[in-house]
Amino acid sequence: MSATVSPLREPLIEGNKSYHDISVDLARSTEKAPSKTWWVAFLISVSVLLFGVFCILWTIWVGIGTWDLNRTIGWGWDITNFVWWIGIGHAGTLISAILLLFRQKWRTGVNRAAEAMTIFAVMCAGLFPLIHMGRIWMAFFIFPYPNTRGSLWPNFNSPLLWDVFAISTYFTVSVLFWYTGLVPDFATVRDRARGLRKKFYNFLSFGWTGSAKHWQRWESLSLVLAGLATPLVLSVHTIVSFDFATSVIPGWHTTIFPPYFVAGAVFSGFAMVQTLMLITRKVLHLEEYITIGHIESMNKVILVTGTIVGVAYLTELFIAWYSGYIYEQFAFFNRALGPYYWAYFGMMFCNVVSPQFFWVEKFRKSLWWTFFLSIVVNIGMWFERFVIIATTLARDYLPSSWSFYVPTWVEVGIFLGTLGLFFTCYLLFTRVAPVVAIAEVKHILKAAGDQFVKKNTEHHEHVLTEFQEAEASGTVYASAHDHDDHHESH
Amino acid sequence: MRKFNKDLIFGLYDDETDLMAAVKSAKKDHLEIYDVYSPFPVHGLDPILGLSESRLHIAGFIYGALGALTAFLGMTWIFTMDWPIIFGGKPYWSVPAFIPITFELTVLFAAIGMTVTFYVINGQGPGVTNPVLHDRITDDKFCLAFDTHHVEVNDAEAFFEKTGASLVDRKNI
Repeated sequence: MSATVSPLREPLIEGNKSYHDISVDLARSTEKAPSKTWWVAFLISVSVLLFGVFCILWTIWVGIGTWDLNRTIGWGWDITNFVWWIGIGHAGTLISAILLLFRQKWRTGVNRAAEAMTIFAVMCAGLFPLIHMGRIWMAFFIFPYPNTRGSLWPNFNSPLLWDVFAISTYFTVSVLFWYTGLVPDFATVRDRARGLRKKFYNFLSFGWTGSAKHWQRWESLSLVLAGLATPLVLSVHTIVSFDFATSVIPGWHTTIFPPYFVAGAVFSGFAMVQTLMLITRKVLHLEEYITIGHIESMNKVILVTGTIVGVAYLTELFIAWYSGYIYEQFAFFNRALGPYYWAYFGMMFCNVVSPQFFWVEKFRKSLWWTFFLSIVVNIGMWFERFVIIATTLARDYLPSSWSFYVPTWVEVGIFLGTLGLFFTCYLLFTRVAPVVAIAEVKHILKAAGDQFVKKNTEHHEHVLTEFQEAEASGTVYASAHDHDDHHESH
Repeated sequence: MRKFNKDLIFGLYDDETDLMAAVKSAKKDHLEIYDVYSPFPVHGLDPILGLSESRLHIAGFIYGALGALTAFLGMTWIFTMDWPIIFGGKPYWSVPAFIPITFELTVLFAAIGMTVTFYVINGQGPGVTNPVLHDRITDDKFCLAFDTHHVEVNDAEAFFEKTGASLVDRKNI
């Protein structure tokens, strides 16, 4: 097996771990009592969540008018937040599915937490269209079912309905994928536990035994789910962008939206993964499993997607000018130099300029820079959605209906509430489930553990020097052949 | 707890390479293996054990096809026969607009169908308790088990001794 280790790769698991060490280290967060930090974070998150619940109830009680939306600004913070959260929800599936198909081993360190984050982010996102309906108790109208109104069906030609299908499918598939990965790890925790805890984890582990046939099916299932989730994750933000792109609003009605939204989603998702993983690895002492190498890899993804987003912004501007269509031109002129110029330049700086720091290796590998920039990117991506939605709607075709949109305390409260929901769920997750996938890390140990990579590097260098010596003495062919045999025997 | 009415003798190995060598050796000695358990999927084990490839992905394809048909034919029936409505001057049967939902339901049906099938054929699910031979199997030990109805206990013990199992035990499941 050791022959498959590339000596060029940095180790992904440090600290000379054995299989048992991995179980002990990664199950620990579920086994010991929560720390003081955890309680403080949890209480803050729950309080903010409760305030959000109050604001949602207030909206439902008083009506959507509490949001100060008006004739032209039909979508404000609510849809901005919806798109922002859905975007954040994209990194998990990208890491777990697309990187699985690409055989990127570093995904195993971060996939579990990133997938959990996806699920919580999609929950937060899903709230906004629901409460935006005004009459939330009518929400079931959006689903097609035989009803007493005819049966009258929803409009299957509408991107808003496609959204319903896309997001509910995405949420369901993410949960299935995540939980199937968790089952063997719950079994590990179960077999280490006693008493009531054992019963609890036995229930969660679905009676997993680790039989060879089950592992074979498990791998088959994971691979197919990854194959399904890959086009799915691309479809979700594509369909979200259709909400805008199929409308007739200048600044929205563009064909570039689907790829641009997907790149932006991956960009913001990875930024959120960085923010959370940097805290998680520090607090739970997972530095040996989520290494600087992992963080650097994710920073490279942030750099690429951030640059794609930058190209999309410039393309948009060029096309608006080149189209010769004055309404389109005005929409972009207004975004950059209108009353919301600060949001536009905030977006440009945070999303296009700030990730460029990651061209420099020193910044990619610096924890503080990564943490700082990940928050900057999150803010920037929120501004992007705000720019697209609110600033575009504030100045529409008729100057007589132009207005300046400011959110009310209720809208701000609901946004804070979703942050509270997100962090509450994440904090509970770190208590119940192993934050790093135990079985998957063990699976890559012999290929990416530092003791194995080191051994191979030494071997590689040894072979290389011998080869160079042989080359110098002119016996290179015979000698190289010997080394092939030598290598086989390892 | 599910009962299988088997009297098993099993050995634990410390490394997957030991386990694979043991499985090869058992095959050579014509000892019938009851099952092999490991803390993570061991690649290269399936062909030695003689496990045929999983057909789960075929089931997945069928579920997916079912989802695609449900969505596409459903929308077709609704918009051409059950309640035709003109939206924006488009034809009743506007195929391009049906594609997104058809795709989503394909994925949804395939994912739910495969996952449910996986747990059902594994004999797993919420509330199911399967017998665990040893607590370290989900941690760091690799287990090979024989059914004592098919393999003599003495033969099995000699086999485990020979292949270097770190622990040998018996259990009724």
